[in-house]
Amino acid sequence: MLCPKFARRIANPQRDDLCRAISPKGAMEDNRMTAGSDPTIRDSVTAFLKDHRQDIERVWASTALFTARRPADAAEECSELLTGIVEVIVSGGEENAAATGFASVRPVLTSLAARSAGGPSGSDRPDVTVLKGPLLRLWHDRAPAETAYRGDLLLSNVLNTLRIALLEIELSAGADTILAQRAQLTELSTPVIKLWDGILAIPLIGTLDSTRGQTATESLLEQIVAQHARVAILDITGVTAVDTLVAQHLLKTAVAARLMGAECIISGIRPQIAQTMVQLGIDLGEVATRATLADAFARGLSIIGMKVSNDERNAG
Amino acid sequence: MSRTSVIELQDVLLVTIQGELTDRDAMALQEELTSSVASSSARGVLIDVSGLDIVDSFLARTLHDIAAASALLAADTVVVGMRPEVAITLVELGLTLPGLGTALTVADGMDKLNGSARPR
Repeated sequence: MLCPKFARRIANPQRDDLCRAISPKGAMEDNRMTAGSDPTIRDSVTAFLKDHRQDIERVWASTALFTARRPADAAEECSELLTGIVEVIVSGGEENAAATGFASVRPVLTSLAARSAGGPSGSDRPDVTVLKGPLLRLWHDRAPAETAYRGDLLLSNVLNTLRIALLEIELSAGADTILAQRAQLTELSTPVIKLWDGILAIPLIGTLDSTRGQTATESLLEQIVAQHARVAILDITGVTAVDTLVAQHLLKTAVAARLMGAECIISGIRPQIAQTMVQLGIDLGEVATRATLADAFARGLSIIGMKVSNDERNAG
Repeated sequence: MSRTSVIELQDVLLVTIQGELTDRDAMALQEELTSSVASSSARGVLIDVSGLDIVDSFLARTLHDIAAASALLAADTVVVGMRPEVAITLVELGLTLPGLGTALTVADGMDKLNGSARPR
């Protein structure tokens, strides 16, 4: 979500217009020159890129960026990249990561970004800046000396913006993954189980953050109404750790259930968790606690006036 | 605009609240209810709050006061029919209504006042 905004801040055409509008004419010309938007240099750079297309593709394909690819694929990707860059330079959009030329190389960038999925550290991230050195060397060999630096600026700008476009794609891919995983996690939210007429259990699993805890509480309370439950069992067997926050949440759920006329039992407290809770000074107050779900269920049955008895006639 | 009604069911007073209850209404209800308990020598008070969307701290205190006053007049108070969202809000506000009986439905509340869990 952030990345388009980021790119816009870097290359905002409207803001550029504004800058030109408020800056004096001389400064504007100067700005245009250093930005490499001089039409003549633009033309000569475009001509250079087109004339030496095969040389450039050859040196690019041998860079670290493409070594992991098969030669044919690498050549194809380099060719697409170059076509996109020419398009960008012709259209003058070298400082705008959203320019059409960059959009057309998007599949190549996506494939580059996908290859970096292994490491977020950046060490093995495909970096398009490695393309800059060989390209500028070729340009210096061919370009007229007096205009070389302006071509340098223009080509550097293009490749820098290409890098931003690549980063944008990487970031959005990461954001998509996070969103998908969050949705999956919500789907994993714990169901409310009916154990008996009037007895509900909710097995809590994993880490209880505030969102998941809130969802669990709400669904439990709704089910209390829907099923006329008089006993609600919160089973924390699957909860990895109980800190003060989780304990407070359990307590809140228990009190809310009591306000609705249901008695709450917390079950599945393992010995280590019991010790941790004591050391943290957590007091569950009047809420009943049991070691296992079975014990809590037995307690629940006695609350609703049911009695479990061993049928002697069938026992033998 | 709210309507509260007090119904005598044998020796239990059933109070139903419809619509929003202003602070003034709540205080009027408390006075009316306390005198009803005294005059009818009721054994229990059932307050049905299922018609309430909002229970604020003042109403929570009023409920507590009603329960305390009724206890002095030898009547147990049970609040019934609280909605999930109201329960969550009250807990988040720290209003846990200690010492107040609760039940899900009027029938459950009657059972609670009669001192017997209803076998199902």
